[in-house]
This record gives sequence, structure tokens and C-alpha cells, in this order.
Amino acid sequence: MSLIVSWWVIASVILPAVVGAGILLFLRHHLALSRLAALGSCIVMVIIAVMLVHEANGGTIQSYALGNWRAPFGIVLVLDRLSAMMVLLTAVLALIVLVYAISTGKDRQGWHFHPLFQFQMLGLNGAFLTGDLFNLFVFFEVLLIASYGLMLHGQGGERLKAGVQYVIINLVGSTLFLVGVGLLYGVTGTLNMADLAVKVAAAPPGDQGLIAASALLLTTVFGLKAALVPLHFWLPGTYAATGGAVAALFAIMTKVGAYSIIRTSTLIFGEDAGGAAFVVAPWLLPAALVTIIIGFVGMFAARGLRDLAAWAVVGSMGTLLCAVSVFDTQAMGPALYYILHSTLAGAALFLVVDLIAQRRAEHGDAITLAPRFTQIEILSGFFFLAAIATVGLPPLSGFVGKLLVLDGVRTSPAAVWIWTVILITTVLGVLAFGRAGSMIFWKSATLDGEIALRSLRGRRGGMAAAASLLLALALLTIMAGPITRYTAAAADQLFAPESYIAAVLGPQSGGRR
Amino acid sequence: MISLELLVASAIGVLTAAGVYLVLRRRTFPVVLGLAFLSYAINVFLFAMGRLVIDRPPLYDKAADGYTDPLPQALVLTAIVIAFGMTAFVVVLALRSYLETGIDRVDGMPDEKGKP
Repeated sequence: MSLIVSWWVIASVILPAVVGAGILLFLRHHLALSRLAALGSCIVMVIIAVMLVHEANGGTIQSYALGNWRAPFGIVLVLDRLSAMMVLLTAVLALIVLVYAISTGKDRQGWHFHPLFQFQMLGLNGAFLTGDLFNLFVFFEVLLIASYGLMLHGQGGERLKAGVQYVIINLVGSTLFLVGVGLLYGVTGTLNMADLAVKVAAAPPGDQGLIAASALLLTTVFGLKAALVPLHFWLPGTYAATGGAVAALFAIMTKVGAYSIIRTSTLIFGEDAGGAAFVVAPWLLPAALVTIIIGFVGMFAARGLRDLAAWAVVGSMGTLLCAVSVFDTQAMGPALYYILHSTLAGAALFLVVDLIAQRRAEHGDAITLAPRFTQIEILSGFFFLAAIATVGLPPLSGFVGKLLVLDGVRTSPAAVWIWTVILITTVLGVLAFGRAGSMIFWKSATLDGEIALRSLRGRRGGMAAAASLLLALALLTIMAGPITRYTAAAADQLFAPESYIAAVLGPQSGGRR
Repeated sequence: MISLELLVASAIGVLTAAGVYLVLRRRTFPVVLGLAFLSYAINVFLFAMGRLVIDRPPLYDKAADGYTDPLPQALVLTAIVIAFGMTAFVVVLALRSYLETGIDRVDGMPDEKGKP
């Protein structure tokens, strides 16, 4: 790989680590300076990520050996279309969320918001770029530990209660992750993902049961992060209890689980894996279908807008994993497009809901009658747009995404099920959002008076952040052509793991077929 | 005589069983203990995944006629550090949550009256 590209790849991991540590050590008592450093880091991250996507779009997979230790002995970072896309998504989302947190003053509600935010970025970028399974575990821990801090930021009883559950369930998840990794290492003697792909394909029949068990264990853990039913219980409580900005950032956290499922099942447990080939698929599809149903029914049962948004995240993860679980190129491209859409839409919804809750004072986010509030006109528009995007009505990218998914799964034997569930739940989603919106904006308009606010921070900045997310969704719709070409190419790359293996282990090991 | 394999395997089994049982308890303290047991079980398990070998050095040694796999030991070291830190964190978090809300149950529900 050329020197410049390897610099960009490693910089996306090192930059947040250095900036986060720097803020923690030197700037923790200087709010303005730490804000400036964090913003600077996020802006540079977006630039780096754009360069990475540009580089990955060339079609060659690049691998960067840390410390120049050759794979499979050293740890490698690997840049392909999927990982570059995820890094860019993370960078854009993080920048917008950071602007929101700063302009609404959320970063002042407790200590160390900015270092935690940077470490979160470090964990996310690392998880998307690493080519080593144990390293993936370590980056998972980094992003989880940072997320514990962010989730509890600002504190309060409800948040602490939800935090205890969130931490405990993720610790159990990490334990299972280690079992899966240990099993794979015991059988193959390697942890490098490309090398694992080669070794798993060459494993004797006696070992294939253990490999399949490991695949299922790992997918359980990733399914836990991705809020796959029946492992979704932690999500609504956690997302509804934490602050709006953090919940918006966490929209990408569930996608880390989806990303890991995609990566491991196409690369390691792909079609060459013998007895373990796509062993998760028959489990994943029904679970994903139930996830959609539970998510949208949960939206109906929600008593607050935050709950509503959290359940919408569960529902969208179901849709996404449905498309993933078909495991072919035609469905994977739309699934990757849906990752982009659902992350941005989920985040937009959380920000809009948070803006509304701030302005409704003691009524908060409850779906009840309450007098009009400041900026109700703009916010009702924002809510309408975010809802349209989340449910998947035209003209925003949710519609494009769902249409692509429906089209992509057409050849699957389970297509009837997927079509039925997605179409029916879309109607449910429309009703749930309609109910909430009409209660908060429509019926409340008949009440006299307006909710008085003592102080309101971020009247413009918060609005601008939410608006820019909606704008990003509009861009995703307008640019759907080039973006779907990119995701389709990324899907092709995923289902031809030879080039990934050759990029990591050298050209002679590439042709294992 | 008991073989080493049986000893290690049953130790992992017992630790895991105790860990799973405790993790499913209602109050935070048993759950924290359960997490600790689970992490012990995993550490021994990872160790065993490098195969059980006796009296072999993990690193280069002129006189050695064979080696034990050093990688699982490095993995275990990482896992121990992470598990240790997380146990400390969850203890503090549970304590803080209890002091702030007066609820020590993992499900966040208040205790029923008259029942401990």
C-alpha cells in the first residue's frame, strides 16, 4: 500500500486516541478549548474518512500491518469499501452529534464528555477497520467502555438504573465473545480474520462442529449489540434513559453489531467454510423478522417519544438484518444502503425528540396533551420529516432503502415472509408516528397558552444539527444512484473474499478455490 | 489418578455453572460475583485453548525441545485486565445506583413490601 493511504488508515484510529487523551490530561478544566479540540478532531476525521472512501472506491483492498509485523502474526487494519463507508458514516454522525451536544450545553452536564466521545470514535473506527478477531474484541471493549461513560453522562436515577442493566448485559456479551474467539483459536490456531478464512475452509470435518458453534456464539454476541430479538431487551430502556445527543450517537452502535455479523459471516463463515458455511442464516432470518414486528409493535406501546424512537431503532435493525440474512450480493447492497439510512434517520429522530422534550419543560417527551411550545412550527416539520424517513415513506431515503431491500430479497425463498412483514409493519409505523404526532402537535394546538421556558440553550445550534441530519437524509435520497453503486460494489467485494485474503496475507494465498 | 484435562475441564464447567447461576440472580451483588466467576472460567478456557502442555517454555530457549503456545497467555492477560476493570466499574455503578435510587435489584423494580 502506498505510504499516504496507510497514513490515513492508521490516523483514523490514532487521532481520536491522541485527542481524547490530550483533552483528558491537559484540557479538562478548559471547556472552550476541549470543545475546540473535539470539534477539530471530528472535522479532520470527516476529511480522513472521505479520503478513505475515495481510496477504497478504487476497488483494491488495502491492509496496514501495525508495527510492520506481517500478517497473520501481527495485527492488521484492513480498508475495503464496507469499512471505509462505515468510518465515513461514523465521522459524519459524530460531527453532527458533537455540534448538537456543544450548542445545547449537554457536554457540560458532567465530567469528561469530550474525552469519552473521542474514545467512542476510537473504538468505532477500530472495530470497523481491524482485520483481527481478538483486536475486534478489544475495540468492542473500548467502544463499550466509552459508551458506558457517555450513557451515564448527566446521571440521574433512571439513567443509573438503565446503566446497570446495560453494563451487565454487555459484560455477559463480552464473555460469550471470548468463548467464541477462544474456540476458533483452539481449532485453527490463528486470530487473523483472513487467515481464519483460509484455515476454516481447510478444517477437517471433525472440527467443523466446533467452528459452527463458534460462529453461532459470535453471532449471538453481535446480535446482542444489534438488538436482535430476543436479545433486544436492553435497548429501549438504555436509549430512552440516556441523553438525546448520546442516543443519537448510539444509533451507530447497533450497526457495529450488524457490521460484525456481515464481516464474519461473509469472510470467515462464508460459502467456503464447509459445515459452518452461513450456519447463522437459518437463525438470523426468523429472528430478524420477529425483531421488525416487536420493534413496530413496541412503537405502538410507547408512552414517550424517546421510547418511540428507541423502538423504531429496533424495528429498523430488524429490516436491516432481514436483508443481511439472505446472504447474497443482491440483498447485501441494499442492506448496506439501509445501514446508512437507518443510522442517520435514527439519529435525526433522537435529536428532534430531544429538542421537543427540552421545549415542553415538565411535560418532557410524554405523548400527552400539553400547550404549545417554542418553535413548535419548525419542530413539527422536523418531526414529520424524521418520522417519514424512519418509517420509509416517500420521498426520503427510508422509502428508497426499503424498496431496495424488498427488491433485493426477491429471489430468496423467504421473500414472501419478508415482504409481508416489512409492508405490514410499515403501516403500523405510520400509525404509531401519526398517533404521537397528532397528540403532540395537532390536538395540543387547540389548548390555550404556551409553555414558558426559563432558559433555552442551543436555540439555533441544536436546530441546525437536527436539520443537517435531515439534509443528510435528503442527500442520501438524491445521491441514491452513486451510493447504491458504491454499496453494490461493496457487497460484491464482501462475497469475493479472495481479494481480502490476498490483500492481507499476500497474493500467493489468495486462490484457495 | 485424575488427568490434567479432566481437572481443567471440570474447573471451567463448575466456574461457568456458578457464574451463570449467580448472573441470573435478582440483586446486583450476586450478579457482580457471577460476572467475576464467568470471567475466571473464560480465562482458564482461553488458556486451555492453547492446549495443555507441561514444563515447556513459551518463549525461545536454547535447551527447549518444544514450546507451549504463548498467544493464549497474551489473550488471557488482556482479558484479565478488561474483566478486572469492568468488575470495579460495575461495583461502583451498582453502588451509586443503589445510593441514588434506593433500589438494589437488577431489573430496577422496587422491592415488594414485607419481603427482603
